[in-house]
Amino acid sequence: MSNADVIASSETLARKLSADEIAEIEHEMTLYPDKQAVGLEALKIVQKHQGWVSDESLLAIARYLDIPVADLEGVATFFNLIYRQPVGKNVMLFCDSVSCWIMGCEGIKDDIKNKLAIDYGQTSEDGEFTLIPVPCLGDCDRAPVMMVGEELHRNLTPEKIDEIIQEVRNKK
Amino acid sequence: MAKIVVDGVEFEVNPDNNLLQECLSQGLDLPYFCWHPCMGSVGACRQCAVKQYKDADDKVGMLVMSCMTPAADGSIISIEDEQAKDMRERVIESLMISHPHDCPVCEEGGECHLQDMTLMSGHNYRRYDKKKVTHRNQYLGPFINHEMNRCITCYRCVRFYGDYAGGTDLAAQASHHHTYFGRHEDGVLESEFSGNLVEVCPTGVFTDQAFSQHYSRKWDLQTAPSVCTGCSVGCNTIPGERYRQLRRITNRYNSDINGYFICDRGRFGYDYVNSDARLTEPSQQFDAEVVPIAEQELQSVLEEFHSGEGGTIGIGSPRASNESNFALRCLVGDENFYSGLSDRSQEATQLVLKLARDKVFHSPSVREIEKADAVVILGEDVTNVAPRIALALRQSVRNKAKELAAGCHIPQWQDAAVRELAQHDRSPLAILSSYATRLDDVASDCVVDVPAALVDTGFAIAASLSDLSGAPATTEHNAVAERIAAQLSAAKRPLIIAGTTAGQTGLIKAAANIARALSARSEAAIDLCLLVPEVNTLGVSMLANNDNKLSEALSKLASGAARRAIVLENDLYRRADSETVTAALSGLEKLLVIDQLPTATTSQADIVLPSTAFSEHEATYVNYEGRGQLSFQVHRNHNRALPAWRWLNDSEPGDVEAMINRCAEEAQGFDKLDDLLPDIKQFVAGMKVPRQSHRYSGRTAMRSQVNVHEPKQPVDSQSVMSFSMEGIPSASNATVLGSVWAPGWNSNQAISKFQNEINGELKQGHTGSLLIERTESVSSFYTPEAAAQESAKGVLQVAPAYQIFGSDELSARSHAIQQRMTDAYVGISPEDADSLGLKQGDSVSLDGNGTLATLCIRSRIRTGTAAVYCGDNQINPHSLGATLTLSKSETISDDRGISGLIVSDLYEEGY
Repeated sequence: MSNADVIASSETLARKLSADEIAEIEHEMTLYPDKQAVGLEALKIVQKHQGWVSDESLLAIARYLDIPVADLEGVATFFNLIYRQPVGKNVMLFCDSVSCWIMGCEGIKDDIKNKLAIDYGQTSEDGEFTLIPVPCLGDCDRAPVMMVGEELHRNLTPEKIDEIIQEVRNKK
Repeated sequence: MAKIVVDGVEFEVNPDNNLLQECLSQGLDLPYFCWHPCMGSVGACRQCAVKQYKDADDKVGMLVMSCMTPAADGSIISIEDEQAKDMRERVIESLMISHPHDCPVCEEGGECHLQDMTLMSGHNYRRYDKKKVTHRNQYLGPFINHEMNRCITCYRCVRFYGDYAGGTDLAAQASHHHTYFGRHEDGVLESEFSGNLVEVCPTGVFTDQAFSQHYSRKWDLQTAPSVCTGCSVGCNTIPGERYRQLRRITNRYNSDINGYFICDRGRFGYDYVNSDARLTEPSQQFDAEVVPIAEQELQSVLEEFHSGEGGTIGIGSPRASNESNFALRCLVGDENFYSGLSDRSQEATQLVLKLARDKVFHSPSVREIEKADAVVILGEDVTNVAPRIALALRQSVRNKAKELAAGCHIPQWQDAAVRELAQHDRSPLAILSSYATRLDDVASDCVVDVPAALVDTGFAIAASLSDLSGAPATTEHNAVAERIAAQLSAAKRPLIIAGTTAGQTGLIKAAANIARALSARSEAAIDLCLLVPEVNTLGVSMLANNDNKLSEALSKLASGAARRAIVLENDLYRRADSETVTAALSGLEKLLVIDQLPTATTSQADIVLPSTAFSEHEATYVNYEGRGQLSFQVHRNHNRALPAWRWLNDSEPGDVEAMINRCAEEAQGFDKLDDLLPDIKQFVAGMKVPRQSHRYSGRTAMRSQVNVHEPKQPVDSQSVMSFSMEGIPSASNATVLGSVWAPGWNSNQAISKFQNEINGELKQGHTGSLLIERTESVSSFYTPEAAAQESAKGVLQVAPAYQIFGSDELSARSHAIQQRMTDAYVGISPEDADSLGLKQGDSVSLDGNGTLATLCIRSRIRTGTAAVYCGDNQINPHSLGATLTLSKSETISDDRGISGLIVSDLYEEGY
């Protein structure tokens, strides 16, 4: 890549934040003494509305809060659950920690992998699912567990995986 | 003082510091990464672990991080303890898990703190055999290369770049094993101090890109202690030469001036020395023809000037050394010697000199500027005019944090804690400027207005401090002025900054009034820092007669009253308007111009003599404080260029020391200049200080394409330094510190071995000597000048603007700097742009006379102001009046435009 290309790529422009996003960010600003502190909440708000945080969104938030974009990117990349790449409509947070591992989560993961043709960090072809490992969901007594969207699924079995996938697909 | 015991040996230490710092001050070896002598401790890397014992009976002890532990009285520690040693070895092993071990191709190799520390800690076998984490590197602009894989995550880069230098576009990203230090995306690092990353990074993540184009190992560079000629601060540097090319510049520690850091103009602005355009031999010009002059003919031409018949006008230069200016003055006589400053700048500089002799003021060093606890800047764009001082001001605003920390018994070196405690609390820094400056982010008050209104505000501040200072006609900034006055009078060490580059002597007078009023209150000398633009502006002004104005010299030449002139390293087209200069130079019997590079003035000359660049001669300069400093020759000029004073010397040819001694004897105000010379008595048996390190390699081979016989090394009869590896080794007590190296310490961190204590003076002592004595005591205040007036519609008031990359004549001819330069621009407010029907980036004509500039709409500029940046003399500032009009031009001014311009308030439509 020549320098000229690189410089051109650095001219990504901020998008306009939506009225809803701005309203929610404004609300958060009333709760903190300092705009810098609102960065993380603003990222979560934008992710909620957009599904993920694009470069354009990142710039928009930095500009809106008047904080350095490099600092905001530091926050965004520090947290695994702020998505800086597009994700499917339903993010599967799959626990691969000790208890789930003991209870055979590896088999369940293979099952998901076969059914959706995705591995960790990948999104299914229909754009519905993204599979991401998490270290623990705090529900070890009902391992293996995973979260899909806001919902926690316990005592996972291949049959339950089928149900979860089917349920999402039915909603379409 | 406190007593501590380290491995059974008792030391007297300063209890206000931490154990690591004090161990290093005592000359002990203890490895560290994240700690930096002037950035304090954060305890991030765990490398400096030592064993600490409760008391003499405690045989078990516990591991502590020495950088996070106070050097309290009675502390008993062990560096040599097996457990501590093992801990340090394991820490470095884990830090280096993903390090690529690419030392042979790494530019840091041979001066790498990581290499030194690895050796020191004893880690020599890598057990980790898994996949290493690798990163994508970023394009960071023309100065800095990025190689993230080498990172050991010490966080020093972001602590310097963000916390210390106020940069906002470099941050730590991600976490644990994939932590990344970079920008949010590829792009030029914006900070004017980005080059320091090269020295701050303990390994090769950030390397010098310009150096990389013609790389040599540190030990292969020929070096000497030098002084930066980029501005009037006079930072100390170590330029390095190899294969007849100047290859890089690094910082040279000076406890009073630059400390550990220099700006990017100083670091990357040297390349013009290697330029193909350099003047190489004495030549004669007939119309368009340039003919070399034969040696004999040259003698007779110089004789003609020396004989002094008919009077020769000598025009000196603020970018030439004291010796060269003095030699010219001796040749032409006091009455015919001119400083070469423009009339406006001469008037302002003479005022600066007058104030420099006044007892109630003190001219603060950079180190002293850092200690100020309330600052007001009157009109100067410090970041672009004297960048290193801007970095010091960023430290001064942290004095509030330090005060708060002291109140909570938090040690000053606990960097993270002190910052956390203070949050956004800062010491006051008020900026009066005609446009937004790069320090506004840490300013407590910014008054942005037309230049005349700033003068009024300055006088208003003084008036609220003293009844004796006359008040200006009411200004709209009265409330701010009163607040600033209150902050200054409440401060323990207030600082007032003004200077000659804002183009308003009224601002200097207002600054003097403020300082005088404060001095009357506190009965102490007040820090008054008056900035001048060039390396030797003060030096040449001290040599020249006040009344000798450039305009008079030019009119004498134009009228034929004088028929011969010598111009010393000065492009007069930068000092007066073009018509006047051309009229003066065209009708001369003989015009002799001495310079390093061709300029508009050399093209008018009958005789052009080539002079050596800053790294090719030994010279003294006087900085903004009046501090004289000696800069040594680094390498030889291989053409026929000579130091300008050698061409001009009217007496017996002597060496530079003889010239300095003569200047000290004969020139008024220079009597302490000879203090700068190294004490010859310390040189045993005539041994000299080597410019080449003891590891200098390839001396037999470097000329082998020409001849396999190695010639004798050139003898330097001029200096206490030699072009050789032999001589007095770079020991800690060496009189001249050519390069920094100590056994086991190959990186620049070896500097601690040369300091009396960490952050203290060098054992060599020499920080320069203050030449100007404060003998005068005047008690009178200046009377405010005429107040600001509304200008007619469409007429804009001119405020001069500067850029760190471009405003300095010589560095602007360096390749690396050119990549960051922009065209000349005129900055106006969005409202003015709107009413003139102009858009961002439009080409505009000034005063309808065809002078072109790019339009730069800036959101924080007052309506009615035009901030004019002249580029690399694309606009002649002397042909501009106090006001100007703008009109759109269809001609595109140049190819650079203003893209990449770093100003903090570039206007963007729609936001």
